[in-house]
Amino acid sequence: MALNSLGREIPDSYAGKKLVPYRDPYSVSPEGNVATRALRRVNPGTSKRLSSLGEAIVASGLRDGMTIATHHALRNGDFLLNAIVAELAQLGLKGIWIASSSVHPVHAEIIPHIKSGVIAGFQCGVNGLIGEMASRGELSCPIVVRSHGGRARAIMEGSVKIDVAFIAAPCCDEYGNMNGYFGPSACGSLGYAQTDALFASCVVAVTDNLVPFPVVPISIPQTLVDYVVTVERLGDPAKIVSTTTRITTDPVGLQIATYASQVIEVSGLLKDGFSFQTGSGGISLAVADKVRGAMGRGGIKGSFGCGGITGYFVEMLEEGLFASLMDVQCFDQEAVRSIGRNLAHQEIGADFYANPFNGGAVVNRLDCVILGATEVDTSFNVNVNTESNGYLLHNTGGHSDTAAGAKLSIIVAPSIRGRLPIVKDRVTTVTTPGETIGVVVTERGIAVNGKHAELKEELVRRKLPVKEIGELQREICKITGTPRPLEFEDEVVAVVEYRDGSIIDAVRRVKG
Amino acid sequence: MSDYKLRRSLLYVPGNMPSMLQNIPIFNCDSVIIDLEDAVPLSEKDAARHLVKRFLMNYTDRNKELLVRINPLDSRWGYEDLKVVLPAMPDGIRLPKADTPEIVERLDTLLTEFEEELEVEIGRFRVLPSLESALGVINAVGIANSSQRIFALAFGAEDYTASMEIERTRGGEELFNARMRVLWAAKAAGIQAVDTIFADVSDMEGLRAETEHAKRLGYTGKCLVNPRQIEVVHEVFAPKQHEVDYALQVIEAIQRARQLGTGVIALGGKMVDAPVVKRAARVLRTAYAHGMVDTLIDEEAIHGAQ
Repeated sequence: MALNSLGREIPDSYAGKKLVPYRDPYSVSPEGNVATRALRRVNPGTSKRLSSLGEAIVASGLRDGMTIATHHALRNGDFLLNAIVAELAQLGLKGIWIASSSVHPVHAEIIPHIKSGVIAGFQCGVNGLIGEMASRGELSCPIVVRSHGGRARAIMEGSVKIDVAFIAAPCCDEYGNMNGYFGPSACGSLGYAQTDALFASCVVAVTDNLVPFPVVPISIPQTLVDYVVTVERLGDPAKIVSTTTRITTDPVGLQIATYASQVIEVSGLLKDGFSFQTGSGGISLAVADKVRGAMGRGGIKGSFGCGGITGYFVEMLEEGLFASLMDVQCFDQEAVRSIGRNLAHQEIGADFYANPFNGGAVVNRLDCVILGATEVDTSFNVNVNTESNGYLLHNTGGHSDTAAGAKLSIIVAPSIRGRLPIVKDRVTTVTTPGETIGVVVTERGIAVNGKHAELKEELVRRKLPVKEIGELQREICKITGTPRPLEFEDEVVAVVEYRDGSIIDAVRRVKG
Repeated sequence: MSDYKLRRSLLYVPGNMPSMLQNIPIFNCDSVIIDLEDAVPLSEKDAARHLVKRFLMNYTDRNKELLVRINPLDSRWGYEDLKVVLPAMPDGIRLPKADTPEIVERLDTLLTEFEEELEVEIGRFRVLPSLESALGVINAVGIANSSQRIFALAFGAEDYTASMEIERTRGGEELFNARMRVLWAAKAAGIQAVDTIFADVSDMEGLRAETEHAKRLGYTGKCLVNPRQIEVVHEVFAPKQHEVDYALQVIEAIQRARQLGTGVIALGGKMVDAPVVKRAARVLRTAYAHGMVDTLIDEEAIHGAQ
């Protein structure tokens, strides 16, 4: 057991691997070369078509203890991971690791297969019931939570070796060229699958929309693909990319958004060339709406919008407020339609988006990112992984990547959530270190991290409600009271990897 | 009257809803009107006034003006509202159905009695009368002068149109005369004028148009039914940058004039004298509230040293 620089107790090893405690966001240097895989040869006349997932699993050479991956662009509408795991069980395979880009509540279907030993653990974060059951000690499977950039890094450096990547391909030809733009399961960008396609020992394209050769445009080319399998359905179209992306009408949320947009205006970043990322939440979109207004009024032309892309950003692109969109994942159908239609709507892979160990990721070029939080602490550390009950319920996404990359990272969150104060002495789990967080905006005040002294001064001058974060906490706790701390067992149910591979926190089993 | 407090936005908050009361500190309206009258059902009149009292007592870091709209004095709740709420020290009372000067005088007397009992300065509790009937509008001049506690007249169009047996329209032509009469009375008495609510919370363009109209007429603020309306109203009442620039030039010019021993000076070919300076000072006070200028203009700059 060692303490990392944030005072978190990190086990020496986990799931058979030695752990490196987190130290700081920028100093870890990579060593060695990019991971390799075997060369291959496909001669003319060879068919890549296989008739079923089961056949593909056999053909891929998957054996007990190996690692598979899927991407999560179909989000909670995904059928593929469940179908694969059911096949694994059918074939009698055991001890398989899942290294998907994310796991959603819909994948609770695989829980029986975790219990029966088909699935050994997760080289990725999980959303929903799996994490909750692990937190309660009802499931025994190691979970290594990674950010999007961190996952790309782990695959590229070889610390996570994907044996077989099953790539849901909404538009695919028989030789394996694919994109996500068209078809009944269109999901837009295939950004997360791109790293898998490059580094997995075997790549299986799975489609419900086989089109004549060649697919254009090509997101992932035939040269990376070993097999092509057709299935009835990749997912439930009603749930694919169906995040509700509407601006909040809640006055508290709007107040937060107003403050956040004022912070951006005051920061001096809002000028020609501005680059921006928000999530899909109602408050984030309200911030985007206000920034859009300010850009329109000021005649400001931004350089790019980034991240999970929403229809909102598409509108800004089409209005000329952004020159381009850098899209690792589409958040709604409007974004899906745009990526197939707008040349300046650029699909990017997770490596390009957020990997800290390459020639420089897109997040490094971000001026400003708007992020959410389940909890923030008085050192500006942010938790998005565990809920107030201590359960591991959410994946990191691009949170820590964008916070580290952007010039200004802004957390927007209501000061009180479910009767609990958002600001704590110590967050339950650190997802993103405070030193990469610029400003925390709540409806009760704006807390500015010490490293942005000039911004703070300017916000005070403009009479925005700037407060020390401890003062903000006291003010909130005057209303809510101070909650009793959660109690945990020693048993570690998951570790949270920082984007550079060091361990920023460990999630422990909840007592009782 | 040298009451320069900005009252661009006066937000109604129902007095019977803890979740909404709790958020009063966070909205950046200039004033809040906690409602014990129309927003509170009869069955909750008693509970609401005690809730409001507790809220006010716990709201120690006050960051805006707090008014309480009591029930009409001739109702069975009006007096009790005062009795329960005043010890928690709101800044003032919004008096509904202030149809005659006598009604306001009666409130004035009651407030004085409470002030004596609570041992606070006489005149501490201010009054914002609502002119919301044909009778109230006709009596506007008398009402405006009926008490030293009155800092503004508020026009209430919903009840007014009901008393006129007409519909309120989006354009609001039917309100023009009443709006003007309330305004004249307020300006003549040297107090502020607060425009009526705009009920359609989803119609921001309608709100903007109506607020711009009220501002053009001379209203200095507007009552709001939802926090989402604050931003639009503040935008409308915010001075334009060129107005601020000009006002700064005016103040600079008049200060130069004073050094020369005169109260009149030309600026860009136009005469600057007391009324121009006064208008410039008002622009700069509003600009200060919007963070557009760094310092508040002092009285001496406006009027010269005594």
